[in-house]
Amino acid sequence: MTPATRSKIALLGTLAVLLLVVPLLFPSAFHLRVAALVWINAIAALGLALLMGLAGQVSLGHAGFLAIGAYATALGPRHLGLDPLLSMLAGVFAAGILAFLVGRPILRLKGHYLAVATLGLGILVHLVVVSEVAITGGPDGIQVPRLVLFGWRVVGPEIWYAITGVVLLLATWIALNLEDSSTGRALRALHDSEIAAAVAGIDVARHKLLVFVVAAVYAALAGGLLALLNRFVTPDVASFLRSIELVTMVVIGGMGSIAGAIVGAALLTVLPQLLTFFHDYEHAVLGLAIVLFMVFLRQGIVPGLAGLFARGRRA
Amino acid sequence: MNRRRLATGVASAILLCAALPLSAAEPIKIGSFLSVTGPASFLGDPEKRTLELYVQKINAAGGVLGRKLELVIYDDGGDPSAARTFATRLVESDKVVAVVGGTTTATSMAAIPVFEEAQIPFISLAGGIEIVEPVKPFTFKTPHTDKMACEKIFTDIKKRGLAKVGLISSTAGFGASMRTQCLKVAPAHGIEIVADERYAPGDTDTTPQLNKIKASGAQAIVNADFGQGPAIVTRNVRQLGLDLPLYQSHGVASKSFIDLAGPAAEGVRLPAAAMLVAEQLPDHDPQKKVVLEYKQTYESTQRQPVSTFGGHAYDGLMLLVQAIQRAGSTDGVKIRDALRATKGFIGTGGVVNMSATDHMGLDLSAFRMLEIRGGDWKLLY
Amino acid sequence: MAEFLQLLFAGLTVGAVYALVALGFTLIFQASEVVNFAQGEFVMLGGMVTVFAFKAGVPLPLAALLAVLVAVAVGLSLHRFAIEPAKGATVVTLIIVTIGASIFIRGIAQIVFDKQFHALPAFSGDEPLRLLGAAILPQSLWVLGGAALVVVGLRLFMERTLFGAAVRATAANRLAAELVGIDTRRVLAFAFGVSAAIGALGGILVTPVTLTSYAVGTLLALKGFAAAMLGGIGNPVGAVLGGVLLGLLESFAAGWISSTYKDAVAFVVILLVLFALPQGLLGRRAIERV
Repeated sequence: MTPATRSKIALLGTLAVLLLVVPLLFPSAFHLRVAALVWINAIAALGLALLMGLAGQVSLGHAGFLAIGAYATALGPRHLGLDPLLSMLAGVFAAGILAFLVGRPILRLKGHYLAVATLGLGILVHLVVVSEVAITGGPDGIQVPRLVLFGWRVVGPEIWYAITGVVLLLATWIALNLEDSSTGRALRALHDSEIAAAVAGIDVARHKLLVFVVAAVYAALAGGLLALLNRFVTPDVASFLRSIELVTMVVIGGMGSIAGAIVGAALLTVLPQLLTFFHDYEHAVLGLAIVLFMVFLRQGIVPGLAGLFARGRRA
Repeated sequence: MNRRRLATGVASAILLCAALPLSAAEPIKIGSFLSVTGPASFLGDPEKRTLELYVQKINAAGGVLGRKLELVIYDDGGDPSAARTFATRLVESDKVVAVVGGTTTATSMAAIPVFEEAQIPFISLAGGIEIVEPVKPFTFKTPHTDKMACEKIFTDIKKRGLAKVGLISSTAGFGASMRTQCLKVAPAHGIEIVADERYAPGDTDTTPQLNKIKASGAQAIVNADFGQGPAIVTRNVRQLGLDLPLYQSHGVASKSFIDLAGPAAEGVRLPAAAMLVAEQLPDHDPQKKVVLEYKQTYESTQRQPVSTFGGHAYDGLMLLVQAIQRAGSTDGVKIRDALRATKGFIGTGGVVNMSATDHMGLDLSAFRMLEIRGGDWKLLY
Repeated sequence: MAEFLQLLFAGLTVGAVYALVALGFTLIFQASEVVNFAQGEFVMLGGMVTVFAFKAGVPLPLAALLAVLVAVAVGLSLHRFAIEPAKGATVVTLIIVTIGASIFIRGIAQIVFDKQFHALPAFSGDEPLRLLGAAILPQSLWVLGGAALVVVGLRLFMERTLFGAAVRATAANRLAAELVGIDTRRVLAFAFGVSAAIGALGGILVTPVTLTSYAVGTLLALKGFAAAMLGGIGNPVGAVLGGVLLGLLESFAAGWISSTYKDAVAFVVILLVLFALPQGLLGRRAIERV
C-alpha cells in the first residue's frame, strides 16, 4: 500500500466513524440538523478546496453555483411540476454546463483579475434571483416541496443526516481519487508553474476547466441538498458573504487539504449556531479569523496540526 | 418478551407519575423569532422589548395557569431563511408551546409551514394579508392587513378629489403583498394606477422609479413598504421636487421613520393603529385606556417613544395568554381553539373578534388616518 | 430633456463617489499591487462617524474632520497589522486578507454604531435647484466640487512635492525606488492613509443624498473596483473617468432600461472589460502582471 493510499483510507475511515459516532453523542433533532448542515457545507468546501488548493485558482463567487443547485431544486417542482430530486440533478448539471461555458474565458485570467471575474459572476447570479420575483419569489424566498422517493416521504433530521453524510463520504472519496490521479498531478504541476506545466506537455486550460467544473458541480449538489433539508431557499444562498464563507472554510481548514475543507466547514457552520446570542459579533469574528489565518497561519488548521504532529513524532 | 413489555409499562407509568407534578411547576415555553437587527429593526426591536417587559410583568403577577412563562427569542435579522431555521429550532429543540413573532411578512410566511406541521399556534406580528388569507389552522396575526391599508388610503385620496395614483413598492414581503392588494382594490375605489414601480429591499436610491412616476401624470404617490425603505422613497420624492401627496402604510408607524426622513416627511399621510396618537383619542374611545396604559408602561421603562409595532407584540402576547387561560391547557389544538374563540379583546390595534374564518379579527374602525406635521403624528380621522 | 438632465446629474453624483473609491484603489495598487477590498469601508466610516459625532453634538465640520481622521487611522492600521505582516503572500491571499479586513471593519461598525440607515443634513439646504425641468440637489454640487478638488489636489501633490515623486517612483518600479533609497514601506503606508481619507471624504459628501449604514461599503468597493478596471487599473486619470462613466451608465440604465438591474451594470462592465478589453480604457498592458 502506498502512503497516499494509506492516508486516503485513513481519512475515509475517520470520516465514516465520525458519521456513526455523532448521532450517538448528539441524538437531538436539532443537533442532527446542524450536523447535516456541516456535511452539506463540507461538500461545497471540498469542491472549492480542489480548485483553490490543488489547482491554485480562486473563486470568490462560488455561492452562485450553490444557488443554482438550490434554486433548481425549488423551481423545478414549482414551475415545471418536476420531482425535486430530478430538479436537483438538473440543477447540478446546469451548474456544470455554466462552469464549462464561462470557465474557459474566466480561467485565462490570473490573480486579482480571476478573483474579480468570479466575484462578478457570483453577484450577477445573486441579482438575478433577487430581481426575477415572478420566477424565484425574489427576496422572500421560495418553498421547496418535500422529497418523496418511491412513495416514501423523506422526512426528519435523522434521515437527512444519513443522506448528507453518505453523499459527503462519496464526494470525499471522489475528491481523494481525483487528487491522486494523473489529473491531480497535472493540476499540482500547473499550480506550481503554469509555464513549466505547459512545457511538460500538460494541457493547462483543459485541466483548469475540469477542476472548475468539478468545483461547480460539488457546490450545486450542496445547494440542492441544502434546499431539500431546509425546504426553503432565499437569495441569501447566493450572497457575496456566502461565497466568502466558503473560501474561508477552505482557507481556515488548510488550503489544499481535503480533510481541512471538512474541518473548516464544521467550524464555520457550528460556531454561529452556538453563538446565536453572540449574533452581533458574528461578522467581526469571521473577518478577524480570515485576517489572522491568512496572515499568521497561512497553511491552515489541518496541515498546521499535521506538521506539529510529525515534528512531535520525530522528536 | 411479555415481561419486558410489562417492565416498560411500569417504568413509563412511574415516569408519568413523576412527570405530572413536575410539569405543573415547569414554566410554559413561548417562542419568538423577531427581526431585532437588520432592515426591519425598528419594528423588531420594540417588539422584543415589549415581549420581554410583559412576560416579566406576567410572571411577577403569578404567571399563567400557576406556571411561569419562559420566553425564547431569536433574532432572524430580517432574513426569511434564518426565520425558517429558527422556527424549526423553536419546534425541535426548544419545544415551545406557542409562538408570538414574525416581524415581517416574509419571515412569517417562511416560518408558517413549520408551525402548521407541528400544530403549534403562531401569532404573527406582520401586515401581509397572505398570512391569514386563506386561513391556516394554527396561524393568527395582530396588525391590520395591507389590504385594509390600501382601502383606507384610496378612500382618503378619493376624498381629496384625486384619482390617478403612482404606486411604488418594494419587491419583498409586505411591499409585494401590499402592491398586489392595492392593484386589486383600486378599481372598486375608482382609483387608476398610472404607474407601478418597484425597487429591491436595501436599495438606497429610488429616483429613477420616481422619475417614471413623475412622467406618468400621477396625482398622488402610494409607497408600499415597511422599515427604512419608505424613508428613502420619502426623501427621494422631495429631492426630485415632486409636489404630490405621498402616502405610506402602517409599516412606517414609528418615530424612527420621521427621524430618518427628516423634513421630507412633512405632510406624509398614513393609516395606522391608535397608538401613536393615544392622547388625541376622544375619551369615550374604548381603546384609549389600553393604549395609554401600554404607552406609559413602555415609555417609562424603555426610555424611547412608543411605536405601533411593540403594540402588535403586546396584543399577540395578551391574546395568547388569555387563550391559554381559557383553554386551561398548553395543548396546541386547545390553545388554537381558544384563540379562535376570542371575542371583544381590546388591544392596541383595535377590538379583536376572531372566528374560524377570521384569524385576525380586526375591522377598519380602529384604523386611523394620520398626517405627519411638525415632526409629529396628527390624527386626521 | 428634463429626464435626460435628471439622469445625467444623478449619474454624475454617484459617479463622483465611484471615482473617489477608484482613485483610492489606484493609489494603493500603484504603490503595492494590492487590491484593497476594504476601500468601501472608508466611505462607510466617513459617513457613519460624521453622523454619530454630529448626533452627539459635535459641529458638522468638526465631525467630518473627525471622520476623516478615524478613517485614516483605520487605513494605517490596516496596512500596519494586515498588509505588512502578510508581505510576500500571493495576490489571492492578499485579496482574501483585505476582504477579511472589510468584513471585520463592518462587523465592528455594526457593534459600535448600529444597523440602521442614517442621514446627515444637507450642507446647503434640501431645496432642489430647478434647471430646465430637472431638479438638482445643492448637495450634488458639493459632491462634484469636492471630488474635483480631491482629484486636482492629489495631482498637484504627486507632481509638485518630493514625497509625491517618491510615490510615483515606487509605482513605476518598486525595486529601483528602493535602490535609490526610497522607503517604499512608508510610501505604501502613505497610500493607505490617503486612500482612506479620500474614501471618507466621499462618504461624508454623499451621505446627505444617499443615506449611509454600516453595510454600504461592500457594494461601493466592488463598484469602485469596476470603475478602476474600466479606466485601466493603476491609472489615476482612468480611475476618475471610469468612475464617472460607470455612474452615468448606471443612471441611464436605471432610467431607460431597468431600475431593478441597476446594480448589475457594474459587474457586467467588469466581465466585459476583462474578456474584451483587459487593459481598460486608458490602461497599460496589465493582464499578464501577476
